[in-house]
Amino acid sequence: MTAPRDKLGRPVVVVTGMGITTSLGAGKADNWSKLVAGESGIRTITRFPIDGLKTTMAGTVDFVSVDPFSSTGLSERMAELVTQEALEQAGIGARGDFPGPLFLAVAPVEVEWPQRRELGRAVGAPDFTYDDLLRISGGGKYSAYHHRFMFGSVAAHLAEAFGTKGSPISLSTACASGATSIQLGVEAIRRGETDAALCVATDGTVNPEALVRFSLLSALSTQNDPPQAASRPFSKNRDGFVMAEGAGALVLESYEAATARGAKILGVIAGCGELTDSFHRTRSSPDGKPIIGCMNKTLADAGMTPDQIDHINAHGTATPENDKMEYNTTSAVFGDLLQKIPVTSNKSMVGHTISAAGAVEAIFSLLTLEHQRIPPTINYDNPDPTILFDVVGNKARDARVTAVMSNSFGFGGQNASLILTREPA
Amino acid sequence: MTDTASKPGQTEVWITGIGLATSLGEGLDANWAALQEKRINVDEKGFAPYIVHPLLPVTFDSQIPKKGDQRQMEAWQRIGVYAAGLALDSAGIKGNKDILSKIDMVVAAGGGERDLNVDTGVLTAEAKGANAPGFLNERLMSDLRPTLFLAQLSNLLAGNIAIVNGLGGTSRTFMGEEVAGADAARIALSRIASGESDIALVGGSHNGERKDLMVLYEFGDFNLKDKFAPVWQRKDHAGFALGSAGAFLVLESKAHAEARGAKPFAKLSSVVTDLARRKQAGDMEATLEKLWAKLPKRDGKGAIISGATGAEPATSEERGFLKKHADFPVRSTGTMFGHTMETQFPLGIALAALAISRGALFPPNDSTGTEIEMQGAPTQIVVVGAGHWRGEGMALVEAV
Repeated sequence: MTAPRDKLGRPVVVVTGMGITTSLGAGKADNWSKLVAGESGIRTITRFPIDGLKTTMAGTVDFVSVDPFSSTGLSERMAELVTQEALEQAGIGARGDFPGPLFLAVAPVEVEWPQRRELGRAVGAPDFTYDDLLRISGGGKYSAYHHRFMFGSVAAHLAEAFGTKGSPISLSTACASGATSIQLGVEAIRRGETDAALCVATDGTVNPEALVRFSLLSALSTQNDPPQAASRPFSKNRDGFVMAEGAGALVLESYEAATARGAKILGVIAGCGELTDSFHRTRSSPDGKPIIGCMNKTLADAGMTPDQIDHINAHGTATPENDKMEYNTTSAVFGDLLQKIPVTSNKSMVGHTISAAGAVEAIFSLLTLEHQRIPPTINYDNPDPTILFDVVGNKARDARVTAVMSNSFGFGGQNASLILTREPA
Repeated sequence: MTDTASKPGQTEVWITGIGLATSLGEGLDANWAALQEKRINVDEKGFAPYIVHPLLPVTFDSQIPKKGDQRQMEAWQRIGVYAAGLALDSAGIKGNKDILSKIDMVVAAGGGERDLNVDTGVLTAEAKGANAPGFLNERLMSDLRPTLFLAQLSNLLAGNIAIVNGLGGTSRTFMGEEVAGADAARIALSRIASGESDIALVGGSHNGERKDLMVLYEFGDFNLKDKFAPVWQRKDHAGFALGSAGAFLVLESKAHAEARGAKPFAKLSSVVTDLARRKQAGDMEATLEKLWAKLPKRDGKGAIISGATGAEPATSEERGFLKKHADFPVRSTGTMFGHTMETQFPLGIALAALAISRGALFPPNDSTGTEIEMQGAPTQIVVVGAGHWRGEGMALVEAV
């Protein structure tokens, strides 16, 4: 490792700290050992009643407790845990004094049902209108709920707890949010605005209404029994994604700043790319051009060619449309090279952590680079014959991995890709 | 503190398009005329005792031609897509596939309106004794419109703008109330200034005519009640009146604008933002002073456009800051447009650019002495945005 700048003359951006929580557990060690062992974190939901739901399982994070419970509260607590882990590893700054900005991918926030029900009960009458709810909301009794349900509340809390600099950015690019948070950090370092950035992505939104919303869009798997077998990326009998919770945090630094302080470099964010699809709110353009363009932009940003990518960490949601589209577009970009590129979907085990997925999967990609071992895509017993990926099916595979492409695609035409390497190109 | 100031060697960034749909009207002329006449559009009855600045109705068809598209959106998205379309028109790039296929979007957004009938239906049934474990699930499964979710998702404002106008660059949605609008402008500016981007669509939209939002702000007693007053006159009757508005800007590198012969309204020289702790009195005022000091040198004919909300203690702290700069004429968008949350900062930049391009600041509307008359044409306007709870931002808009 020599060059502090990349081929385009920009500061090389490296990762010096990582923290992760998923339904598999807390921390990198626990997650990695379970991931390569092919364990599933998907389980039947116990947090709330599942009667009347078509989908009754999810990758919930039940071992993190929040009181009083709210999805936003859980998102915040998980973000705090993964940030602590990442900062401990990075050893950067001082306690409560991180020397750079925060970019937080977080699910959209709104007042949730437990709080809404509390209001309903407080009206104290069997018949009432929304105006009655409004009338009793003031007076200070519920002032904590104002803070809790501000969109900026999680970022404000993290910024204060960890002493990040400036205005923290809360962002949403749907299922690409985690990747976007990393991209914003990379850009800030490349522009020379900062030597370090904290990129965090978190999602704790397995609640009844969120589940119903995705269910009504027919996006979720309904293969509830056994729950561990529900998420089936690239399989013929895949039928949707599995909602999941989790969080990931990455400390990004310029290569120069990281080496100057003697930090251990865990990997390099070699390239980021993003391209909007204006075809439809939930479906990709049938010609796949925006996704193809996104991957090509990412390769160009990294100054790399397709033959330099030796592993793809797929978006791989296990919805019928995503996996097919992902294969078609990936093969358009990689051509014959694709046969030799092992592909895996972490979502087969941890589910789809939505706003957190891009960061969670970037961390798994970096751990893949570190361990030279690719985690499996479980539940891969019935391959879709039209998806000709070299899927790392069911069992982890040892492989020489030098550069990973990690893809994220989301509602609203959001496409984002990252290329992660061990060393600067 | 994070900032985006034009640095030596960085390209100048021009504001070449402005789109406004507000409680005062649509388009630049209608809004400008209303400001000149000190016309304020408030509804004190429809949501009584709460006060709102309702959107002056627009014909959505002119910017969102497909009814199917309109049906897929709730009001906040329709307002935003409409204003974004006006901004593209204003910049002269509507339908220009070469530019629209690469334009970068940074949108400041909250979330979409809930179905109040569904919410009330569930709660009243529970009040009458419905307590089966799956009751909520079943009602939501049967009562929620399947596509409502897409009208609520924050990033689907940007998604709808892309779909309706065929945008194909990058798309980022920032959340976090008022300061999200400032950070959206900051990031778009820094990307263009550094050469990462040539042209960007930046802005936000807000539907203030929403009881679900009023509940959220009522938790903190932030809603203005009973009687309207300009923001600086609300000290003993604090609060904000939610406003409906969409405000979008086309930001563009000088070179890109010149190459296509586009004329600037003004240049966006700097956007700076921060997060004051607001633990003690004076925290926010000190942060505003720090931001003020970070802006590039101001030696022209200056003015300030404030997004003060009318909520306390934030408004008093901002007034304390403004008093230290009393030689600058101040105007409050909160008085004229209501509080449009994520949209307030882009709206402030839009009005600053408009005032500079029209060679005059709009008249004051305040009896407390905070807003004073201004003679002559402003050449430098500082936009101030301090959130009702968290987040502070400032921008410098200058004559080209």
